[in-house]
Amino acid sequence: MGSRASRLLREEEIEEIKKETGFSHSQITRLYSRFTSLDKGENGTLSREDFQRIPELAINPLGDRIINAFFPEGEDQVNFRGFMRTLAHFRPIEDNEKNKNPSATEPLNSRTNKLLFAFRLYDLDRDDKISRDELLQVLRMMVGVNISDEQLGSIADRTIQEADTNGDSCISFNEFIKASFVVNIHICTVVLVLVNI
Amino acid sequence: MNFVLIWLYLIILLIMIPSMFGFSLGISEIYMTILVKTLEWATLNIQKANSDEGTLKPSSSNGLIQRENGSMEKELEELRRSRPKPPVGGDFTLSDCFYFIRQGIESIVDDQVTQRFTSEELVSWNLLTRTNNDFQYISLKLTLVYGLGIIVRYCILAPLRITLTVIGVSWLVIGTSAVGLLPNWRIKFWLSELVHVMCYRICARGLSATIRYHNRENKPKKGGICVANHTSPIDIVILCTDGCYAMVGQVHGGLMGIIQRAMVRSCPHVWFERSEMKDRHLVTKRLKDHVNDKKKLPILIFPEGTCINNTSVMMFKKGSFEIGTTIYPVAIKYDPKFGDAFWNSSKHSMVSYLLRMMTSWALVCNVWYLPAMHQQEGEDAVQFANRVKSAIAHQGGLVDLQWDGGLKRAKVKETFKEQQQKKYSNMVVRDDSSSNSD
Repeated sequence: MGSRASRLLREEEIEEIKKETGFSHSQITRLYSRFTSLDKGENGTLSREDFQRIPELAINPLGDRIINAFFPEGEDQVNFRGFMRTLAHFRPIEDNEKNKNPSATEPLNSRTNKLLFAFRLYDLDRDDKISRDELLQVLRMMVGVNISDEQLGSIADRTIQEADTNGDSCISFNEFIKASFVVNIHICTVVLVLVNI
Repeated sequence: MNFVLIWLYLIILLIMIPSMFGFSLGISEIYMTILVKTLEWATLNIQKANSDEGTLKPSSSNGLIQRENGSMEKELEELRRSRPKPPVGGDFTLSDCFYFIRQGIESIVDDQVTQRFTSEELVSWNLLTRTNNDFQYISLKLTLVYGLGIIVRYCILAPLRITLTVIGVSWLVIGTSAVGLLPNWRIKFWLSELVHVMCYRICARGLSATIRYHNRENKPKKGGICVANHTSPIDIVILCTDGCYAMVGQVHGGLMGIIQRAMVRSCPHVWFERSEMKDRHLVTKRLKDHVNDKKKLPILIFPEGTCINNTSVMMFKKGSFEIGTTIYPVAIKYDPKFGDAFWNSSKHSMVSYLLRMMTSWALVCNVWYLPAMHQQEGEDAVQFANRVKSAIAHQGGLVDLQWDGGLKRAKVKETFKEQQQKKYSNMVVRDDSSSNSD
């Protein structure tokens, strides 16, 4: 009478994921059953179509970019480890983590890594800067057909002008952090409600 | 051979005949009492074991995430709060994307729609193998009861129920065909109703159904349309044990076709050919003709158009609400402890589904007849449909969703994404246009 979900997910795997992502044991098993319910092909990995099947995600203007973030470079399938690794960015920052040893590797859900996730959404070619074109692409995704090319262009220009401090007409990650003015990073977290955390 | 005959006679005497005439000898009631006590004992045991171990099961009805539930405007304003407002050129900031990112990730972790197309998760295990997802070994006693349950369900209850259903369906076909041979006297209608109700009662016994009807004074009357939330084909059996309805549906081949043709001999139902269903005007006209004939039975329609897992009510298709007649809403809520009534048509065929129903503990459900509703002045069909849907959801304790049940198979329409884009655009350009108008 063992639990079906964890029969496929071994205890060692759960421990590894726990160490890497910081999720608790019960959160991992819960998310694993979510993963398997999305995996219609039942082959242990998710494809882009599996994500597209979620209506609330399919109507999200940035849906495609968010889905992309789960897939490693050039790949079409993501396994449970990869799934958890991406979701880990959105775990709330707990108080006891703030005082951790500064020389330890930065946890996936740190403030910097959360901002990096958003930065990478813009920076499609991974050259560590957001060009005018890349900014325009994301703007266009968010506004659809409702704003003219001209107006959108001037919005993009103004944004780059304000953010760009080293004069290369692109936005680097540091410039991005300053320009996004996100004081309360809580806005970029997803709070999982489980009784036993 | 003799053994089979004895078995048959026993069934007929003890179960079928009483149910046909609407009373009961009390055998099912005893079974249900024992069952309820057993499940309560099992739940207590599992809870005790869990609290000893220190692991509590999350309440599945609350969902996995704590959502902010603010509007797009509110949340974007919160995001933009700390930055200086630009004088001209549109109100955009790089952090706007965080709103969409968070919405997206939340929907990946837990969304309102995809969970409706699979069986409801139980808070506590009900000793059936099929619902054993997360539950671990608790004690020897529990395992023994579970094993005993398997024997009882598969070797005693299932054959009994299958026999009853076969009798019920055969009687339906034979009885309605026989009544259909009579000329159209008053007695024909009375006999037809009698035959229908008796057969459905036998079938209900065949599923060990315990149905509680509420507010029977609101029962649908002739010339109206009865609408209900849809969980499985068994909904029809549940409703028809307490009244007579005219069915609406597609003409099928095979066994279903035989049943359909037999039923229509004794009283009018509305069966459509597959090609006719595409013609909305034809469908509306035939339904209108049926309700206008005051002698015909109320039509039974499931406006969701597909089976949902009984935790929510999804979008009602407006077709039945355009006919302009009285709508009688009915809410059906199954108790998942005793068996999962939801038909997941992509996972199980009809036959496999019926076998699963017959090897469950029982079928326990509540049926509420809601007061009749009419389309009001200035209300269009869609608003009317939503009003009826909310009433049903509220009564049955179900979640009222705007999403279309057709999303089970089809992709969501692009217009919803365009709506979001428009909303966001208004937040970007709004300040610009207002400063231009100075």
